Amino acid sequence: MSAWEQALSRLEAGAVLLSVWGEGAHVHLAWREGGSLRHLAREAVDREYPAVSARMPQAIRLERALRDEGVLTPRGLPDSRPWLKHDACGEPYPFLAVEGEGLHQIPVGPVHAGIIEPGHFRFTCDGETVVRLEARLGYVHRDVAGLMRGADIEVAAKLAGRISGDSTVAYAWAFARAIETALAITPPARALHLRAVMAELERVANHLGDIGAICNDGGFPLMQAHCAVLRERVLRAAGSCFGHRLMMDCIVPGGVGADLNDEKIRTLTALIGEIAARFPGLVRLYDLTASLQDRTNGTGCLSPALARRFGAGGVVGRASGHDFDARRDVCYAPYDGASFAVPVLSAGDVNARIWLRIKEIEQSLGLLSHFLTTIPIGATRCEIPPQDGEGMALVEGFRGDIFLWLALEEGKIRHCHVRDPSWFQWPLLEAAIEGNIVADFPLCNKSFNCSYAGHDG
Amino acid sequence: MRKTIFQGILHRPLSEPPPPIAGDEVISLARALDRASQRQLGRGLAIRAVDAGSCNGCELEMHALGNAFYDLERFGLRFVASPRHADVLAVTGPVTRHMREALLRSYAAMPRPNWVVAIGACARDGGMFAKSPVCEGGVGAVLPVDLWIHGCPPTPRDLLSGLLTLLPQ
Ligand code: SF4
Repeated sequence: MSAWEQALSRLEAGAVLLSVWGEGAHVHLAWREGGSLRHLAREAVDREYPAVSARMPQAIRLERALRDEGVLTPRGLPDSRPWLKHDACGEPYPFLAVEGEGLHQIPVGPVHAGIIEPGHFRFTCDGETVVRLEARLGYVHRDVAGLMRGADIEVAAKLAGRISGDSTVAYAWAFARAIETALAITPPARALHLRAVMAELERVANHLGDIGAICNDGGFPLMQAHCAVLRERVLRAAGSCFGHRLMMDCIVPGGVGADLNDEKIRTLTALIGEIAARFPGLVRLYDLTASLQDRTNGTGCLSPALARRFGAGGVVGRASGHDFDARRDVCYAPYDGASFAVPVLSAGDVNARIWLRIKEIEQSLGLLSHFLTTIPIGATRCEIPPQDGEGMALVEGFRGDIFLWLALEEGKIRHCHVRDPSWFQWPLLEAAIEGNIVADFPLCNKSFNCSYAGHDG
Repeated sequence: MRKTIFQGILHRPLSEPPPPIAGDEVISLARALDRASQRQLGRGLAIRAVDAGSCNGCELEMHALGNAFYDLERFGLRFVASPRHADVLAVTGPVTRHMREALLRSYAAMPRPNWVVAIGACARDGGMFAKSPVCEGGVGAVLPVDLWIHGCPPTPRDLLSGLLTLLPQ
């Protein structure tokens, strides 16, 4: 059995697919077994190779995107429509056919009501009930991979931090880790601690924003008003301590670009105190508001079987029983020295996804206190030696595990592939909405909060 | 819930005074704002946001304008759901090829007179994505821009001071 064939059978036996991508005449496959990451590349004979998605449906969109590049052809790809390249398929896009009496379609997007990223949703409904949702994405495709090819490490690091702005810290960390693995260097312990402080602040800020936004879509803006105040406090503290509200470009390969002094540590400690004091009241407010509970309970259920099959990460996966968190399972520093729980629920509805965020905020506050009180003294950055190498990383962002693989040649990026957690979550949203009413879509969509920009690349 | 609402009444509001009118480091005006249009549009502006390829960082900060600290609506500025109701088109991102058409259609659906505001480094000239073959290189390449608000992303304070320049002083 070839190594490729072996890898596929491991995937069928329970290993989790991380990504599939092309680089010239090579096709790459990455997966994880428990917390250890594996990678394999093979040459495609005559630019063809047997499609991974013929056996792993979660790879369908990845391979459609791979095929869009026009270099490699995955043989036996179950869905041969283009994905990220819109002009490759001509108009109109061939949405999947739905047949049945009395069905009607509602096309929505790419421009939505509100301040939201663009994407198109095609609902097919029977009365109020959604019988099928099909998403069409790629509207914010900027070809980040193309821009990274041949770029200097510093430029590529900045690009990585702008793939999905809400996860800029996690992306920058994934990029830095991949560079550091490729070059076999370890950043100073102080830098690693500061990275974790930023990453947890990012998680808390986003979860607060999401909880508020979901409740708002459930017709309860009071929660959003209060969550938004706490979120703003986090961003202001981040701005004053790290110099940027979203902490963009603060993590750099080899370490961090911003340091904390005692005064800033006090600012952050006070912030944690304030959230810890105010957040429980908001949780009670959520829990005791019957009209809101009525909207979130039993809405948008994602079955644990499907979450597992797609290897869905993050809140979406863990609210449906998929017990994986890269911080604990891949166990990268400094999380290896911290103790924290990874909350997992199994109901898989909007309510479960809200509760998971609540519990994760509580854990993150604990982690922040821990990291802030144990920051080692020392340098915040180390040298990047001009060497060649290949490296990959899996970093837990607020949305789930971000996978990044890269190859360095003569001090420049030869190729960099990034897989946002949304790749395995968007298809599940289509499954979760089935049988719900159209009016509950915003609620379901917000509770998934997949990234358009991260997915489109 | 009653307790939460009650506290809201008892406490001082969090809203902060408006930032000073933006300087050059925050905004650039394409040309002096047309006073006649400004009078016609008046003190209340409806804004339609279009993401034309943003990383979503700019969106996050636009969202923040609605929180209690900035409270955009007290200045007569509000985000609306349809371009048909909008006086201002707020565009983010380098304008990807795939969003070009949707952006042009959103603009065409707006009543006149109107303003186009390009938000962030990407909207200004494509930013980090300027060299991408699938991006247009900023909003100016597609629409006549009246006001640029700088930053990556601009802070809510910068956004607010930029948007306030559109109102008659
Ligand atoms: S200007 Fe910066 S924050 Fe705004 S969309 Fe561009 S990269 Fe993202």
